[in-house]
Amino acid sequence: MISKRMFPWLDERLGISGIYKTIFDRMVPKVNWWFTLGSATLFLFALQVVTGIMLSVYYVPSPDKAYDSIQYIMNGVAFGWLIRGIHHWGATLMVITVFLHMLRVFFYAAYKYPREITWTTGVLLLLATLGMGFTGYLLPWDQKAYWATTVGTSIAGAVPGIGDFILRALRGGNDLSGVTLARFFSAHIWMFPLIIIALIGVHLYLVIRIGISSIPKENE
Amino acid sequence: MARSANVTRRGFITSVMAFAGSVMGVVVGLPVIGYLISPALNAKKSDAWIPAGKLDTYPLGVPTSFSFTRTQVNGWEKTVNSFSVYVLRDASNQVKVFSSICTHLGCRVSFHKSSEEYICPCHDAHFNINGGVVSGPPPRPLNQYESKVDNGNLMIHVIEA
Repeated sequence: MISKRMFPWLDERLGISGIYKTIFDRMVPKVNWWFTLGSATLFLFALQVVTGIMLSVYYVPSPDKAYDSIQYIMNGVAFGWLIRGIHHWGATLMVITVFLHMLRVFFYAAYKYPREITWTTGVLLLLATLGMGFTGYLLPWDQKAYWATTVGTSIAGAVPGIGDFILRALRGGNDLSGVTLARFFSAHIWMFPLIIIALIGVHLYLVIRIGISSIPKENE
Repeated sequence: MARSANVTRRGFITSVMAFAGSVMGVVVGLPVIGYLISPALNAKKSDAWIPAGKLDTYPLGVPTSFSFTRTQVNGWEKTVNSFSVYVLRDASNQVKVFSSICTHLGCRVSFHKSSEEYICPCHDAHFNINGGVVSGPPPRPLNQYESKVDNGNLMIHVIEA
């Protein structure tokens, strides 16, 4: 087989097996299924990226076309219902796995020295995931989306002193409008994803560099 | 170990993961391809017979204007195209249906009874009552629609690309 001779040649130049060994053949303590939640979240994020890019092929973030373009995705495009369904349920599932992952880390005290930065980036990832949920919820531009965002931004507006400013910054004006839809779309497909990808990079680097903690024992 | 007939624990898990991964890849990947090329598969060439009313109502020998609209749907977008034709009926009930689009640059011609000509306002093109070019820049006569009479009703054949 040609790959038998090709691989060592490529590996010598690219160092693929070194990368593989560092990421997949690293030492881990004996752990349980709760330790798979980070990987599950990473898988769901990748799925959200793929299905999200696919949805952006047909979705239009404008007040007069957003709803119609989703109707077209659901009824007019082959497998549109499937792509959107995966994105919808993947989002819900991702919030759940992120939370369970955090609870696992918390109850096993894995956030302690030397993993404080892993924990901090994890908390930021949780917030960014919630931000994705909040901004993505408006995009269908139906009654539920409109009023949920009206309520959500009003809650942010209840902050003492700067509340009004926060509300106008979120909505892009006093009222929920096409401006809100456009900025939520931008946040949903550009800002939050880039923040999340950067934070995942740091998070995974630290997991690989420091290694994962073992399950705490009774007399430790 | 690697060449043993017995399946190792690691080898088994690797195979299962590779298989499950491939299944998931296909389950997601194939629909994604269908999703992307979906609009290309609906190659539709719409053609329709437009009812234009009773033939008797069209006067003999006088081109009479008839207008209708056609709606095209592309994805989430609806486009309404308006059509305007001149119907010319002669004594033997032969019907000619002319497009009112000037063959020069696409302005609308209108029939002038005084000169018995279709005149385009844009570049002063003149067509005779049968659509032939009399004067002006048009390269060819007015386009005609296929038509038929069904139970006394005039039907116009419209083909949209």
